Amino acid sequence: MSMITQITMVAVVVAVTCALPGVFLVLRGTTMVSDAITHTVLLGIVLAFFITQDLRSPWLMIGATLVGVGTVWAIEALQQTKLLSNDAAIGIIFPLFFSIAIILITRYAGNVHLDVDAVLMGEVAFAPFRRFVFMGMDLGPRALWTMLVILILNSLFIFLFYKELKLTTFDAAFAAAVGFSPVLVHYGLMTLVSLTAVGAYDSVGSILVVGFMVGPPLAAYLLTDRLYIMIALSIVLAIVNSVVGVQLAFALDTTIAGMIATVTGFTTLLIFVLSPKKGLIKASLNRRRELKKIDRQIKQAQKS
Amino acid sequence: MIDQIVLLLNDYTFQVVALGTGFLGLLSGVIGTFATLRKESLLGDALSHAALPGIGIAFLLIQRKELSLLLLGAMIAGLLATLIIQVMSRKTVVKLDSALSLVLSSFFGLGLVILTAIQNNPNARQAGLSNFIFGQASAMLRRDVQLIAVVGSVLLMLVVLFWKEFKVFTFDPMFARTLGFSSKITETLLSTMIVITIILGLESVGVILISALLIGPSVAARQWTDRLSLMMIIAGVIGFISGVMGTFISSLAARIPTGPTIVVVVSFFVFISLFFSPKRGILANHFAYKKRQRAFMKQIRSLEEGKG
Amino acid sequence: MDKAEAIRVDHLTVAYDAKPVLWDISIQFKKERLTAVIGPNGAGKSTLIKSMLSFIQPITGSISFSVDDQQDRAYKAVKNRVAYVPQNTTVDWDFPATVMDVVLMGRYGHLGWIRRPGKKDKEIAKQMLLKVGLPTFASRQISQLSGGQRQRVFLARALAQEADIYIMDEPLAGVDMKTERIIMQLLKGLVRQGKTVIVVHHDLQTVKQYFDDVVLINREVIAEGSVKEAFTEEAIDQTYHQDRNLGEGGHPS
Repeated sequence: MSMITQITMVAVVVAVTCALPGVFLVLRGTTMVSDAITHTVLLGIVLAFFITQDLRSPWLMIGATLVGVGTVWAIEALQQTKLLSNDAAIGIIFPLFFSIAIILITRYAGNVHLDVDAVLMGEVAFAPFRRFVFMGMDLGPRALWTMLVILILNSLFIFLFYKELKLTTFDAAFAAAVGFSPVLVHYGLMTLVSLTAVGAYDSVGSILVVGFMVGPPLAAYLLTDRLYIMIALSIVLAIVNSVVGVQLAFALDTTIAGMIATVTGFTTLLIFVLSPKKGLIKASLNRRRELKKIDRQIKQAQKS
Repeated sequence: MIDQIVLLLNDYTFQVVALGTGFLGLLSGVIGTFATLRKESLLGDALSHAALPGIGIAFLLIQRKELSLLLLGAMIAGLLATLIIQVMSRKTVVKLDSALSLVLSSFFGLGLVILTAIQNNPNARQAGLSNFIFGQASAMLRRDVQLIAVVGSVLLMLVVLFWKEFKVFTFDPMFARTLGFSSKITETLLSTMIVITIILGLESVGVILISALLIGPSVAARQWTDRLSLMMIIAGVIGFISGVMGTFISSLAARIPTGPTIVVVVSFFVFISLFFSPKRGILANHFAYKKRQRAFMKQIRSLEEGKG
Repeated sequence: MDKAEAIRVDHLTVAYDAKPVLWDISIQFKKERLTAVIGPNGAGKSTLIKSMLSFIQPITGSISFSVDDQQDRAYKAVKNRVAYVPQNTTVDWDFPATVMDVVLMGRYGHLGWIRRPGKKDKEIAKQMLLKVGLPTFASRQISQLSGGQRQRVFLARALAQEADIYIMDEPLAGVDMKTERIIMQLLKGLVRQGKTVIVVHHDLQTVKQYFDDVVLINREVIAEGSVKEAFTEEAIDQTYHQDRNLGEGGHPS
């Protein structure tokens, strides 16, 4: 398999894996919590690395995922004090966790073979060099397999708990009344978001993961009012963005993850402006029509 | 140990950097108060990330590291990002949260694309542009501090000048409009001031952490007072102390990054305030709750005795 | 015509943050009656409903439900026999869901975790849409509905729960006359079928016309019973015009 094919495959799998939980993050309005998670998993990676001394250890992924879930818990604990606004709580917790991680890495740079730049910005281009060798067989890029496993977990979660996710997102009070704990579903989703962020960091980098989670679902949200179509469209858009992004990055010889994030932002903005259902143009046309209607009504009222 | 500290305090580089981060903390404490009260804390996070492509494009255009021009580029990018976020979240069904995340990550991605292109370009000096991502306070020069001081003073003067307008607008934008203050002008002025504050901090604290400096001091200050003027002064003082202390701690030993240390110090102030504020802190609340609960349980017991 | 009770609230005291909201409340909601819960803002009406649905843990007191074959059970044991209609202001109406999707959610409680709604559930949902007068709206997106239509969709969702007891938080708030008529007709129909309906209501004018029983509360129960007996000038006056300062430790807002 050629280099570019392998890279494209990794990019597509990462993008789809991120887009799936992203659908529900966008609907719940909690994408900035996922932004916080993608930063704080760095602390988890560092701490777990101190213990395991192995960047490939599965414990590293589990530890980092737990720190991601812990971030959600910490943010919610702060929010419950009612002493600061919800978004300020996010803005206090994640820089703190992240700063501690950076201080640890810098301080013990000699011992840690961890590159902060790589964690934050990632580079899919290196993915083909890190192989997954099982019983002497070369099975392809390691990142591909890691992300495939997470993709299957995410798909399974959404497939099995589709009804529960839909219900708790739409009407949490009703969900609780009929016996589906919104807290349980919320933490289930956040665990997967953390796991996805941890899995994606070395190919995409943690900051750009957010774009992968928000962009395609947001664009899909603007195009349809059916949840299952929104999920399907998110997947399609995630694939298109990553394929185009990889091609452009190769043509311009630049960072692949950054290029995919740029393309994602571009397509989402384009759909935002042009979407025939809920786009900017449509919305302003609607508003103008409403205003005219009111004007007419006022004039009629004045006449009579 | 004490000798070492005295030596450090007399060190010229330390003085320059501490003064710079102190000013920066003061400024972001004051300006951040408006952002926090308007419940737009995370706007700062999105805007700081969004500034990166502005720096990159400015460098591509002028081909040298002229700080003021790079910051001008950052400012234009930041303002563009503000515009996109506001249009998305106000004119359509898109939630503010989604708009912030999208702009944050796609602008940052574009920034990385441009920075990589610059690094691949043999003609361009690398110019340490990637320092903007994490910030490098130790590289602060005297003229950088002067820039922060001059621009900062202008911003603080604007706050004093438009005090009444900002106050009304922050508290109740609709009411401000009925009073005849143009909310568009006030809002544009405020967001421009926030963007400028962020950009002044990019070089020393970096894209990722500058938002903490904007949020932390004002959240801490809010716990000690209910008055806007006092809150702003306290936020400024906390910001200043955090900047100086963070720089101090990071100078005590090798390999302690300044930006993250300042953030940890700010967070320390935040948690101290949240826990120990006498009026509404977590501890004060807890004791008041216990007291109420005791009185309440007494009532309940008398109620049950009455029943039995 | 004394009837057995469907819900018994027994010496219930609820507090937020050790501030009492409901104080020693005892109510018997009778079976096969249409009962209004009435009281001013901050009287604890919503708190009462939330306690009944176990969203809030009371300090003291108990709540028990009785349906045909099961007597004196906790809410959890009979939750599929109780339908709840929250105030419609709390959901995101831009959520990508159709009217049918929302009504089908009424079946979720019967399905439990993981299982999906089947043909039978969709059939029930369709019937209920017909009952609330929105048979052609099944595939309509929920953001395209008027306020009254939204409330009717919520009602259809509650009907789809096929419960014995219906608890509704202000179902008539902000709806048009037509919707109000349809909703009240449906509720009366439910009672005729032997169901119990409890409604948090805000409009004093219509109490006599719409309801069988009434509970007047303002942190305490002021009056309870049939509309004829309990809904008196004096009781209303006492509910609305008295500053009810509860207990020395309490801080009524």
